[in-house]
Amino acid sequence: MTNIDRRAFIRGAAGIAALGVSAGFPALVLGAARRVVVVGGGVGGATAAKYLRKLDDTISVTLIERKPSYTSCFMSNEVLSGERTLQSLTFGYDGLRRHGIEVVQDTAVGIDPLQKIVQTAGGGKFQYDACVVSPGIGFKWEAIGGYTEEVAATTVPHAWNAGPQTELLRRQIEAMPEGGRVIISAPPNPFKCPPGPYERASQIAMYCKHHKPRAKIIILDPKDAFSKQGLYLEGWRKLYGYGTDNSMIEWISAAGGGKIEEIDPETLTVQAEIEEFQGDVVNIIPPQKAGAIAFAADLVEGDWCPVDKRTFESTRHKGIYVLGDASSAAKMPKSAYAANSQAKVCAAAIVNRFRGLEPGDPTFVNTCYSVVGEDFGISVAAVYGLNSHTNTIEPIPNSGGVSPANASAEIRKREVSYAHSWFKNVISDMLE
Amino acid sequence: MKRDDTMSKHVRNLLLAVLTLLPAAVMAGPSGQALSFTCAGCHGTDGSSVGPSMPAIAGMDPEVFVDAMKDYRLDKRNPSIMNRIAKAYSDEQFKEMAWFFASQRLHLQPQVTDAALAKRGAELHQKHCEKCHEEGGRPGDAGTLAGQWMPYLQYTMQDFLSGKRDWPRKMKRKVDAAIEDDGADAVSALIHYYGSQH
Repeated sequence: MTNIDRRAFIRGAAGIAALGVSAGFPALVLGAARRVVVVGGGVGGATAAKYLRKLDDTISVTLIERKPSYTSCFMSNEVLSGERTLQSLTFGYDGLRRHGIEVVQDTAVGIDPLQKIVQTAGGGKFQYDACVVSPGIGFKWEAIGGYTEEVAATTVPHAWNAGPQTELLRRQIEAMPEGGRVIISAPPNPFKCPPGPYERASQIAMYCKHHKPRAKIIILDPKDAFSKQGLYLEGWRKLYGYGTDNSMIEWISAAGGGKIEEIDPETLTVQAEIEEFQGDVVNIIPPQKAGAIAFAADLVEGDWCPVDKRTFESTRHKGIYVLGDASSAAKMPKSAYAANSQAKVCAAAIVNRFRGLEPGDPTFVNTCYSVVGEDFGISVAAVYGLNSHTNTIEPIPNSGGVSPANASAEIRKREVSYAHSWFKNVISDMLE
Repeated sequence: MKRDDTMSKHVRNLLLAVLTLLPAAVMAGPSGQALSFTCAGCHGTDGSSVGPSMPAIAGMDPEVFVDAMKDYRLDKRNPSIMNRIAKAYSDEQFKEMAWFFASQRLHLQPQVTDAALAKRGAELHQKHCEKCHEEGGRPGDAGTLAGQWMPYLQYTMQDFLSGKRDWPRKMKRKVDAAIEDDGADAVSALIHYYGSQH
């Protein structure tokens, strides 16, 4: 760079001074230490806790999470193929403690928005100046006849929150006879991780290709289209014989009768709209709604929590912010990267509020990688801004989108490696 | 890099650090910090990627950053996810992100390298690369090589060598000379040398 360019750059930077919330006075100068209580230690909650402290370390942050450690749902389909263990997806909260965050293992059961107190099952009462709620998803157990929490835990796992059910599903696939049949029931929109059911089918096929080459995986879908569909079909054709009589994967759309109504857990028979399907392994991913605390704290309208998209503050109760899967943040998908991105916008808005400043203009990104098979990775990306007239988060025109169709083998292989990098960096950005 | 250039870079970075303490000006659009925070899920908190292949961008020269983003926006590099992302931003926003990352400290992590290859790579670097990638390829006026994630360096060299990415001025001649010295192993030796620094 020439010296003239260099000076121009420096002038540019001085003119911009667009340095967000690192500017201004710390909250402490303006009064007593501000307290933020974060409910939920998933991607949204953990990222918000970390970035609140990063932006202003005079803020006291308490994170309430019912589990002693975090298990990532993204990348958990790789447990089903045997590519990784559940342990490799499990991380403690010590990194957050090192940022000065108090991590409390307990379950939040109520929030009093007038007294500004979070109550826990353990009898704790946590006073807040701002409360961040990031509870993730809950399931609509009533939606599918015969499907209950107990059935999911023992015979027909959903495995849509990574944990013991992920390992149960893996064991069932391993124990399945050669030539066996796996049924995956995909959920209706909106749901957590839109490409997830199709990556799941892919990862199970990747395992079966080597160990049970005559196995079949049937996806029963209440939708007529799905995320990254063209790229999945390209991968399935290339890797799993999709479109031939010997295809390992079969996708039955809504129009084809893919919506299911009932399950008999004794016989592993699923009643779909047109016909019955019997499987050796059945995985039902039920319709979804916001996590339990969102309902207990009166933060929902319908199934999800409406928020002001500039701050993620609930439109139902002032001072409470709802992030991630539980929030109504269309057109962003319910994904880990989206929750991570929303959490930073929310943290900055809270810090600005404590300093008596207006929130800045938000900017969001979502990226999501899926591993379709050996050396076959695909991605979707979008950058979003706020349309303040409609309070909707909209993609920036003429940007984003999915991996190119029919890309070279080299590009598909690189996207597997990038998928693993994306996983490690999201985890590190939320927990380290 | 000449010593006075190094000094001016330190002065510049000091200026950046001071700027971050000043009250924010009122302006339209997201702040440079807000824009840059969205990159962390792939490039690590404040641009220090924890790998294994997404490149670290902390401490990157702002002009190199802006040039890279413009190239991605024009689809001038082998299509990755970045060409799709870069199309969302204006030149001014590229500059704001460039300044944010230039003012971040780069945290490097150890990588597994072959000591003999790395040693040979160090010699090749001194002979052919040090003139542009100063101090063993530490963040400077050219792209960061020292401690950069090795798969990323591998992909980048593959793209240069296969004609999928345009060579920066003089670089092709230098790489050809290194390959002439050491054969096909030259590139791998260099990558092991850069990967061995942390």
